[in-house]
Amino acid sequence: MSASSVDMRRRRAIQGGLSLAFVWLGAGSKAHAFINARRQPSDAAAASADGNPAFAPNAFIRIDAEGPVRLVMPNVEMGQGIYTGACAMLAEELGIGMDQIKVEHAPPNQELYGIPLLGEQATGGSTSTRDHWGVLREAGAVARTMLVTAAASRWSVDPASCTVERATVIHAKSGRKLSFGALAKAAGALPIPAKIALKDPSAFTLIGKPLRRIDSADKVVGATQFGIDARVPGMKIATVKACPTRGGKLVSVEDTRARAVPGFVEVLKIGNAVAVVGDHFWAAKQGLDALDIRWDLGENAQLTTAMLSEALAERSRNGATIIGRQQGQRPAEGKTIEALYQLPLLAHAPMEPLNATVHVTSDRCEIWVGTQVPVRCVGVASKITGLPENKIIVHNHFIGGGFGRRLETDSVEQAVMFAKQVNYPLKVIWTREEDIKHDLVRPMYYDRISAVLASDGRPQWYSDHITSGTVLARWLPEGMGKEGLDDDVIDCAAETPYDIPSCHVDWVRHDMPRGLHIGWWRGVGPTHNLFVVESFMDELAHASGKDPVDYRRVLLGKNPRALAVLNLAAEKIGWGQGSLPSRVGRGVALGSPFGSYICLIVETHVTPQGEVQLRRAVVAVDCGIVINPSSFEAQMQGGVLFGLSAALYSAITLKNGAVEQSNFHDYRNLRMNEVPAMEVYRVESKEAPGGLGELATSIAAPALGNAIFAATGVRLRALPVDSRQLVQNPEVLKRVVEVSA
Amino acid sequence: MLLSVNGEKHSVEVPADMPLLWVLRDVLGLMGTKFGCGIAQCGACTVHLDGQAVRSCVLPVGSIGTRSITTIEGVGATPAGKRVQQAWLDVDVVQCGYCQPGQIMSAVALLAQTPAPTDDDINAAMSGNICRCGTYVRIRAAIKQAAGGKVSVLQTIPAGAT
Repeated sequence: MSASSVDMRRRRAIQGGLSLAFVWLGAGSKAHAFINARRQPSDAAAASADGNPAFAPNAFIRIDAEGPVRLVMPNVEMGQGIYTGACAMLAEELGIGMDQIKVEHAPPNQELYGIPLLGEQATGGSTSTRDHWGVLREAGAVARTMLVTAAASRWSVDPASCTVERATVIHAKSGRKLSFGALAKAAGALPIPAKIALKDPSAFTLIGKPLRRIDSADKVVGATQFGIDARVPGMKIATVKACPTRGGKLVSVEDTRARAVPGFVEVLKIGNAVAVVGDHFWAAKQGLDALDIRWDLGENAQLTTAMLSEALAERSRNGATIIGRQQGQRPAEGKTIEALYQLPLLAHAPMEPLNATVHVTSDRCEIWVGTQVPVRCVGVASKITGLPENKIIVHNHFIGGGFGRRLETDSVEQAVMFAKQVNYPLKVIWTREEDIKHDLVRPMYYDRISAVLASDGRPQWYSDHITSGTVLARWLPEGMGKEGLDDDVIDCAAETPYDIPSCHVDWVRHDMPRGLHIGWWRGVGPTHNLFVVESFMDELAHASGKDPVDYRRVLLGKNPRALAVLNLAAEKIGWGQGSLPSRVGRGVALGSPFGSYICLIVETHVTPQGEVQLRRAVVAVDCGIVINPSSFEAQMQGGVLFGLSAALYSAITLKNGAVEQSNFHDYRNLRMNEVPAMEVYRVESKEAPGGLGELATSIAAPALGNAIFAATGVRLRALPVDSRQLVQNPEVLKRVVEVSA
Repeated sequence: MLLSVNGEKHSVEVPADMPLLWVLRDVLGLMGTKFGCGIAQCGACTVHLDGQAVRSCVLPVGSIGTRSITTIEGVGATPAGKRVQQAWLDVDVVQCGYCQPGQIMSAVALLAQTPAPTDDDINAAMSGNICRCGTYVRIRAAIKQAAGGKVSVLQTIPAGAT
């Protein structure tokens, strides 16, 4: 493969967001085995460990002589609806009903459940459906073909004369039928067919229907087992406190008062954290609060957010740049517009606090946890315990919110380090305070963006000079591109939906101080860059005296899918029609991250006191073929609100090296009374599925910022929204404050 | 200490200041009620005391006395609970589902007291429950559907119907 074709694949992959490993592992290193519709070398052992079903033609389907069809889910379910989508794809081709399924969490097994787009067994980057759309349908078809072959051979009829319905093979002509269970053993003895036929989409009975989620019934009665709900005989419960500063260490613990707490069991220590074990969480928490702990706050003891911002700004001016994309030349003439955009550190704050239950014995280590990266959990536990990887057993669970937080193994590592000190199973639960203070936060960004406009206002050239840390360099070092580029950092900045003749996009890498780790956060690179690029597009429209929708339309002549979602959203909200009340504005934002196309228009009121009140949000999307229209709508509604929550309220700040926020009162989230009326629309498409889980989050902030500008004339170039800048008459407010003081 | 939970009597030996949440989860093994914040900010731990929604993460178990406790595991036995859970399914409210036991308990308490809630009633009753997945639009729709039986949003197809 030539360098240029690698680069082209790279370019295409970054359009997908977080899809880097595919290119780099695929291009350079030894070929990895990844999910496959047909049996692989380690399949037999995996099936045998999974109840030894009579028929297991691949890693996803287990058919026993009796009972429901068991489907092994290659991804994890953290709310995005992938279990339902994966079941629909498998069941569609297999020929079973959604009520005939029992889902199972996949065990850690890179070969059987690794995702090509991510280069490992992980759930993230809105890759699951994009990646599995082909393989899961094929897996279902392979199984169906073998079951039909088994039936046809028993009846001595042509397989083509048989049909499949609700886990039964039917020979209509002779009125004979056999259940999958009855055929399982015979099908299991057949060779795996090399060629199978997939259904024509027009024949789909499940895909494309608003199927009820396969996990809803348990979730509404409180029966779903999340990691935090694991109960292991003999288990005790711990809660922890880590050194408030990153890179600090534990010096000493005085536990006299803790020992007096009813239900107290013991104190456990590791290098940078202390845990109290109790008979129940309350005893552990009371015990922890009663400790006198001395920390060595370490090298970051003085660190503040202002210091981080200043360092970023300095690096932006003087740091070495890495070219992300360069095309054409900057025009010698034309109106130049420039702006500086800044984004803050963010926490994930999933509703289920981090937790892991771990039992370490002399010859094995068992872990009960909800994780987006089960294989990584095996690796870290093996390293910490010294046990071989095949002695680490990970029981994955339903996940009470991931958003990227559970792509990390820090809390699992910590739990294993504590659990290996005791001879009983230990459940470690972080408090919400611990969760907010010890997150692997979304990076800060410091971006200088500029454009040169032609006399008609069209941009002829744009430049984006991004300065930030890199998640990828820690999380997947081999995913870093040539010359040390992290493609995620430039995703949706290097490529836009618009026809702009030339550009220059570069990046200055600025690593955070040692110990302050940054992590993936819902929407990854696109959430950062779409805020900058789409806010700036709005600035360009206004600088040219153009309507923001019209301004974008003109630049989409070569991009019909993007144009279609822009037009649909504008039509549905009634863009440009009628007049809006005072201090009410609409903002539009458009993007094509994760292989999909999205336009969001937000309508907001900004009170004279500067409070932002959301009124309406209209979303239009082209994400190719939709597996489940209900899940699609839910992801758009929820994704927008997740992004708006962050844009309105969220920032993690540091003082004396420690995170200042601690719980939902100072790390806020949108609540029911703040939610706008929402409408979700879809452009019908026959294209392959695009990603959905992060799509709407990534477009929320710019639409909000543009709406605030339309309502107030104030351009917000930093997040979160600073309502002090939105006060209608600051002088009046100042007087009121003075008088009341 | 004697507690009445979902119509059953339980005798527990726990400190009086222990929040009900941890008695339910770590002593009685009723894991449906969730820990989210520990300071009554998120509502994941919502249960009923004599039909009233309360945050069990800050409710000392010693203060409960003879009042009857209802959790997500038992609320389906009440008419309002059953209607709300069914509406939650029909509209498919849940995403990750972690906050939903608390959301449902708040919604059932609302409907038990206010059979036909307005949007303002829903805001007042539900704004103490955080959902990070952002299921609020469907929560509102499901409460209205449970209250009035009128269907106005996308309905899901139950398993077995296709």
